[in-house]
Amino acid sequence: MDVTDPSAETLKVAIVGHVDHGKSTLVGRLLHDTGSLPDGKLESIQAICERRGVPFEWAFLMDALQAERDQGITIDTSQIWFSTARRQYVIIDAPGHKEFLKNMITGAAAGDAALLIIDADEGVKEQSRRHGYLLHLLGVRQVTVAVNKMDLVAYDQGRFEAIEKEYNAYLSEIGVTATHIIPVSAREGDNVATRSSAMEWYDGPTVLDAFDHFQVVTQPEGLPLRMPVQDVYRFDDRRIIAGRIESGMLRVGDTVLFSPSNKTGKIRSIEAWNANRPPMEAPAGHSIGFTLEDQIFVERGEVVSHEADPPIETDVFRARIFWLGERDLSPGNRYTIKLNTAEAEVRVQSIEHVIDTGDLSTAPSDQVERNGVAEVVLQSDRMLAIDEFIDVPSSGRFVLLDGYTIAGGGIISMDGYADQRQLTTVRASNIQRVEHAISADARARRNGHVGGVLWLTGLSGSGKSTLAVALERRLFNLGYQVYVLDGDNVRHGLNADLGFAPEERAENIRRVGEVAALMSRSGLVVITAFISPYRSDRDRARRATGDRYHEIYVKADLATCETRDPKGLYAKARAGEIAEFTGISAPYEAPDQPDLEVDTMVLDVEASVESMVEYVRGRFDSGTTSDVTETSNAGGR
Amino acid sequence: MDHLDALESQSIYIFREAFNRIGNIAMLWSLGKDSNVMVWLARKAFFGNIPFPAVHIDTGKKFKEMYEFRDRYVEEWGLNFVSGDCPPVEDMDESLPPAARSAARKTAGLKTMLEAQKWEGIFAGIRRDEEGTRAKERYFSPRSGAGVWDSKDQPPEFWGQFNTDFPPNTHLRIHPLLHWTEIDIWRYTQREGIPTVSLYFSKDGRRYRSLGDEDITSPVTSDASTIEEIITELETTKIAERQGRAMDHESEDAFERLRADGYM
Ligand SMILES: Nc1nc2c(ncn2[C@@H]2O[C@H](COP(=O)(O)OP(=O)(O)O)[C@@H](O)[C@H]2O)c(=O)[nH]1
Ligand SMILES: [Mg+2]
Repeated sequence: MDVTDPSAETLKVAIVGHVDHGKSTLVGRLLHDTGSLPDGKLESIQAICERRGVPFEWAFLMDALQAERDQGITIDTSQIWFSTARRQYVIIDAPGHKEFLKNMITGAAAGDAALLIIDADEGVKEQSRRHGYLLHLLGVRQVTVAVNKMDLVAYDQGRFEAIEKEYNAYLSEIGVTATHIIPVSAREGDNVATRSSAMEWYDGPTVLDAFDHFQVVTQPEGLPLRMPVQDVYRFDDRRIIAGRIESGMLRVGDTVLFSPSNKTGKIRSIEAWNANRPPMEAPAGHSIGFTLEDQIFVERGEVVSHEADPPIETDVFRARIFWLGERDLSPGNRYTIKLNTAEAEVRVQSIEHVIDTGDLSTAPSDQVERNGVAEVVLQSDRMLAIDEFIDVPSSGRFVLLDGYTIAGGGIISMDGYADQRQLTTVRASNIQRVEHAISADARARRNGHVGGVLWLTGLSGSGKSTLAVALERRLFNLGYQVYVLDGDNVRHGLNADLGFAPEERAENIRRVGEVAALMSRSGLVVITAFISPYRSDRDRARRATGDRYHEIYVKADLATCETRDPKGLYAKARAGEIAEFTGISAPYEAPDQPDLEVDTMVLDVEASVESMVEYVRGRFDSGTTSDVTETSNAGGR
Repeated sequence: MDHLDALESQSIYIFREAFNRIGNIAMLWSLGKDSNVMVWLARKAFFGNIPFPAVHIDTGKKFKEMYEFRDRYVEEWGLNFVSGDCPPVEDMDESLPPAARSAARKTAGLKTMLEAQKWEGIFAGIRRDEEGTRAKERYFSPRSGAGVWDSKDQPPEFWGQFNTDFPPNTHLRIHPLLHWTEIDIWRYTQREGIPTVSLYFSKDGRRYRSLGDEDITSPVTSDASTIEEIITELETTKIAERQGRAMDHESEDAFERLRADGYM
C-alpha cells in the first residue's frame, strides 16, 4: 500500500450540546460499535465502574480525568481517532457545562463539522442553542443534530418531531441548515452505528452514515494570498521570511506587498530543508519561508499579499465577539488583540448590542459578561491589516487577551467603516519639505493671534454650520483672520469627485483636514463644519494640524436632531431613501474628550458662540500662545 | 492538501511560534520514534538549524540500542545535546505504584534540569492518541512554578492562537506532535527516511511499540520487521500502543498523577 495514500483523509467532528445530554456516551458507543476500541479497554472501564460502584458508563472512555469521573461531567475537551471505510475521523468531545465554555470553544473551533446532541427527554436547553450559535460564529459550517435518549421517551416519533421542529427553527434563524436530524439512543446504540429496529418510522441515516456525508473542508478557490509573517531568520547568509500561507498561493517571482508597512518586494526563492528540489510555489496551508530579491525591513505581524488584492488597513472595525473573560468587557476597556501573527493594543470604542443566544434578541448594554455574545466596535492604537470574515475567514478573526489570558474571540465586519489604505499610503517618494522663510511667530505677530483649527463635529442638524458661520462673524469682528470650511462647499470643488461610501467619506475628511492644516499654518483661524463621524478620521486631522487642532463637540442627541431635521434628511433616511445616513444607518462616534463641548440642546446660538469665543480668546491670542511651536506635531491628546 | 503535509505544517507553525514567543527554550529528545520525528520537524522549521538544545533526561536504564542511537545521531544531526541525570527511585513518592514510581524519576530529573538551565519552555513529543489525559492537552500547556499541570483549568486555545503570554515563573510545555497518531508517525518516518532505533522492528517474533526504561517496558508479539509491515500491522491491530508501558496500567489514576506532577 502507498503509505502517503491520499485516502488517508481525515475529518474532525466536534461533539457539542447541553451538559448530560449524552455527548461522551455517544462517542464511547460509536467507538465501541465500530470496533475501534483497543483490546481490554471495555473491560478496564467496566472494572473502574465496578470499583467506583456505578453502573457501566460509556462516558469514562473520554472522561479520563479523575475529577471528571468523580463528578460524572466532562471538564475538558479531548480527541480520539477512529476510521470508517470512507476515511479517518478525529472525534472532539466537548464539555457541555456552561462553566467550561472556554474548553467547548477550544474543541469545537477545531472541527470541520459538528454533531450537536439534544436530550429527547429534556429537550432543547440553554447550551443547545448557545452551542449552535457559537458553531456558526466559530466558522463550523456543517452540523448534524442527534436527538438522544430516545429510549427514555419510548422511541416516540412525536417527541422527536417536536424537537426537530423547534431546533430547526432556531438554526434557520441563524442561517444554518442541519445536514441531518437523527433520533438516537447512545446508551442502547440505536441509530449510532447501526439502524434501530425500535424506530421503524425513521428512515434517515445513522450517526455514522451522517459522518460519512460530511465534506472535508477545503479552501474555497480564488481566495487572495495572505501570509502573516511569523518570523524572520538569519541562521546563515539567507534572510528567510517565515510564515504559513493562510490563503491563496505564493510563487517565486511574485511581487508581494507587506501590510501595514506598505513595502513591496519580489520573491527570489522559497526555501526548504531536505527538499528534492526547491519549491517554485506554495499553496494555502503550508508553513514556508522565502527570500526576497532586495533586502527590506519587515517584521512579524505584517501580512504578505499580492498588490492587486491587499488586505484592508484600518484602526477601527466592527466585530461579533464571544466573551470568555472573568471580568466583563466594557466600553473604554483595553485589550491586546492577536490577529494571526499581528498584535496590537485595542480599546473597546462601543458595545453596539449584546445578543441573547437563547432567543436571538439584541439589546443595548454597558457590558458583555462571561459567555456572552455581542457586537462591538474596536479601535486599535495602530493600523492593522485585516479582512472581513466573510471574505477571508483566516484573516478576519482574532482573539482578545485580558492580561495574560485569551478572554474572547471575534469575527470582523467593516460595515460602515472605511478601508484606510488609500488614506495612509504616501504614493510619491523623493519629496522634501521646503523650509518657509517666514516663521509662525512672525505671522502671529502680524495677525495678533496664532493660526489653528476649530474642528466642529456632531450629528446632522446639531448646529455645526449655523454655529460655524456665527462664530466666523464674531471672530472677524474681533479682528481675527478667520475662515469657515463647510461640507457642501468643498464638495462642489475640492471634493467633487467623492461620493458617500465609507472610503469616500474618509477621503473627504482627510482632504479637509489637510487643507485646514495648511490654512492654519498660514496664520488663519479655520473653522470646519463636518459631521466627521469617525474618530479615526478626526484623529488624522488632528495629526495633520498638530497642537493647534481643537475639537469642539457640537452636542445634540439623535432624537433632538431628528425633530429639528432642517433639511428633511432624517425623514428620508428613515424612509430608506438615503443609505448609510449617520446616526440612522451609519455610526456616529462622539468624541471621548473633546477640547470643548457645546451642548445645543441647552444653549441657544448666541450662548454657544460665546462659549467658543471664550475658548478662542484664551488660546489663540499671540501673547499667551508664543510657546506653541510651528514644528510641533504631537497627535495625541 | 496531503494529510502528512498538513500535519507537518501545523507542527512547524508551532515550533516557530514557540521559538519566536518564548525566550529560553529546549527540546526533549527521548530517542523514540516520536522524538525523532520531532527533531526532524524542527530541522524543517528552521531550515536545517535547530536553534535550541536537544535534551535527554537519562534514567540510566534505557536499552543499549538507544544509547548507541543517541551517540550516532547527536553527531550526524549536529545537535546541541544536553544530558540530564535522574535521582534514585528511593527518593520518589512512596505512594506511587512501583512502575510509576520508577517513571517519576524522569520528572524529577527534568525538574532539576529546568531549574539549572532556566528554560522557560520545553518541547515534548507527546500525542493525543496515546492516552486519555494526553488527549486533553493543549499545544501550549502552562505549568506552575512547581511544574504542576492544572488539567481542570486549562487556557482556551483556538484559531491557531496559542497562549504564549504568562505571568513570571510559569513554565510552558509545547507539544508539536499533539495532533499526530502512531500510524502518522510511521508513515512520515517512512516518507522522510528518518532513522529509528532497531528495537521497533521484530526480532524473534517480538518488537517494541513504545520505548521507555528497560525494566518497565515490554515488547509486543509481532512479525513486523520493516516500516511497511509496521504500518500494515497498525492498520488492523487492536492492541493499545502503550500496552507495554507498565506505569500506565497499575491503577486508574497512576498515570494522571504522574502527569499532573510534570511527567510528559
Ligand atoms: N437512557 C439513556 N441515558 C443516556 C443516553 N445517553 C447518555 N445517557 C446518560 O446520560 C448521562 C450523561 O451522559 P454524558 O455522556 O456524560 O453526557 P455529556 O455531558 O453530554 O457528555 C449519563 O448518565 C449517561 O449514561 C441514552 O441514550 N439513553
Ligand atoms: Mg461529556
